[in-house]
Amino acid sequence: MKSEAKIRAALPAGLTPEALRGMYYYMVLTRLCDDRAFALNRQGKIPFAATCQGHEAAQVGAAFAVQRGTDWIFPYYRDTALAIASGVTAREQLMCLFARKADIFSSGRQFPNHYSVPDRNIASISSIIAAHVTHGVGAALTFKMRKQPAVALISFGEGSTSEGEWHEALNFAGIHRLPCVFFCENNEFAISVPQKLQMAVKNVADRAAGYGFAGVICDGTDPLATYAAVHDAMEKARRGEGPTLVEAKCYRAMSHTSDDNQLTYRTQDEIDALKLRDPIPKFEAWLKERGLIDDSALKEFKAKAQAEVDEATDWAEAQPPPTEADLQTHLYANSPTA
Amino acid sequence: MATKTVLEAVRDALHDEMKRDERVFILGEDVGPRGNVFRITAGFLDEFGRDRVIDTPLAEASIAGVAVGAAMMGMRPVAEIQFADFIYPAYNQIVGEAAKIRYRSAGGNTCPLVIRTPYGGGVRGALSHSVSVEALFYHVPGLKICAPSTPADTQGLLTAAIRDDDPVLFLEHKKTYRLIKGEVPDGDHIVPLGKADVAREGRDLSVITYGLMRHFAVEAAEQIAREGIDAEVVDLRTIQPMDRDAILRSVSKTRRALVVHEDNKFGGVGAEIAALIAEDAFLDLDAPIRRLCGPDVPAMGYAKEYEDAFMPSPEKIAAAMRELAAF
Repeated sequence: MKSEAKIRAALPAGLTPEALRGMYYYMVLTRLCDDRAFALNRQGKIPFAATCQGHEAAQVGAAFAVQRGTDWIFPYYRDTALAIASGVTAREQLMCLFARKADIFSSGRQFPNHYSVPDRNIASISSIIAAHVTHGVGAALTFKMRKQPAVALISFGEGSTSEGEWHEALNFAGIHRLPCVFFCENNEFAISVPQKLQMAVKNVADRAAGYGFAGVICDGTDPLATYAAVHDAMEKARRGEGPTLVEAKCYRAMSHTSDDNQLTYRTQDEIDALKLRDPIPKFEAWLKERGLIDDSALKEFKAKAQAEVDEATDWAEAQPPPTEADLQTHLYANSPTA
Repeated sequence: MATKTVLEAVRDALHDEMKRDERVFILGEDVGPRGNVFRITAGFLDEFGRDRVIDTPLAEASIAGVAVGAAMMGMRPVAEIQFADFIYPAYNQIVGEAAKIRYRSAGGNTCPLVIRTPYGGGVRGALSHSVSVEALFYHVPGLKICAPSTPADTQGLLTAAIRDDDPVLFLEHKKTYRLIKGEVPDGDHIVPLGKADVAREGRDLSVITYGLMRHFAVEAAEQIAREGIDAEVVDLRTIQPMDRDAILRSVSKTRRALVVHEDNKFGGVGAEIAALIAEDAFLDLDAPIRRLCGPDVPAMGYAKEYEDAFMPSPEKIAAAMRELAAF
């Protein structure tokens, strides 16, 4: 075992051993929330679930590069770990899965994982791919106009980069050197369509050259590598040096959603091979190797996360659904609010 | 009171709101040194600076989308789409995003945004510089739509729209820009959204209209007044929310309704007005509801003959009024 001081010195700027254990906990908590969502779906208790398995390291790494209370996150619908590592609780997550009235993201209006958490600086999104990318740019424009030290982290999958609006957003941000980071979670598939049918370039990061700023590639199955890449980009943006496109290479472990069947477009052998890239056991091994966590702590973390998800499930299931009257709330500023 | 054109009313509303509230800023194509293609924002760049008068890339989806993001952060952006004909790439942002942000986040996020755009024909604008787009947007809950036509209404409604906490599509009929002059009250002049105006009082029939057609309808009403027909003209000013009470009040009084708009007839705003009257004032009617609208072809062509054939005119409106009065 290396000494604690040596380990600290070897970590990327801004990370501590406590932060690493926090990262690990959020990855495990997210995985359990994800598993619970699909179990509830199979039990017929919730109509729909979307997975982030395979993305946890990328998302948690990015979340830790965000300055809480200052920066804003414009996530996409696969960002469960990004949201949880940014302060969304298991109860809040389960409330959106059950579409409860008191679901703080949308009061049961949107699909799961369509976060809106203004008090934790997470902006509302729709399911329309890449429609939120210009919103993050508009937020970054606002930060620049107000001379705020904030940065917008805007995430999306590689499929999003085919959208015209995605291009328009990066073009605008590049022209005005806005304080934002474009964070691509490249999981190689847009539902069923592989990357090679989305773009003729090898890397999403290659596209950045067209907008006059840097494109960076990192291992999206490694939380520290992703943290380092996103942290560098966020701090560069904060210094007024403009945007960066960060591409985290990860993978999608499961079907697109509970309504998809991945065996219609990839083989079982391909799916099985993905398990070797699972970021959770990889990070576990990394932490153990450095003596930052031991078996009993691991056991304790897993038990704590499991208890949190179980409690949240029971609690959320017992909460009331919206009523017919709730259909009319929050349409305009003068609409009923409850 | 100052006498000004509709164009000057737009400029004054934008100028005064930018001076009053530093959250207000303008973004669009050619709004900077060029001062907008109609010269509405001439001088704004020097007065307010590049941060608040932003010449955007030629990309309408991002004009709207960037404005949406800024609005979510508490700014009061006024986005300009150079001509309504160019708004289609921004449709997703306006309809799919701006209109739904408050609703989809259960009030967590809001989108206080104005999208201004010149629309309408009569200026030899051909197929792609003369369309009316209101019917493509008025179906959408969460969005407000203004279409004023006098300088006072334009200035008062644009001021109200910028201060409104919800997204507003602000339609400016480009033929009214320099054609229509009128008095505008001094000081902080506000016209509330959702309130119609009775442009001319009358007893025999009601014309329900908005935009340039308000002026044509009043002109037509004066023509037929000499023949002993006394027409009332109701100018909606705001299309969404629609002033249902004003429509029903007028129709219940005159017992005859003619809806006039320049936009295509099928599925137009007039269809909704006719349905409203049929549902809520049917027993007050002495004649079937009539509509005089643009024909159901894509838009008016470049040739003067196409434009004249497409546009309702005071003469066409007067003829429709006579027919309705005689029923």
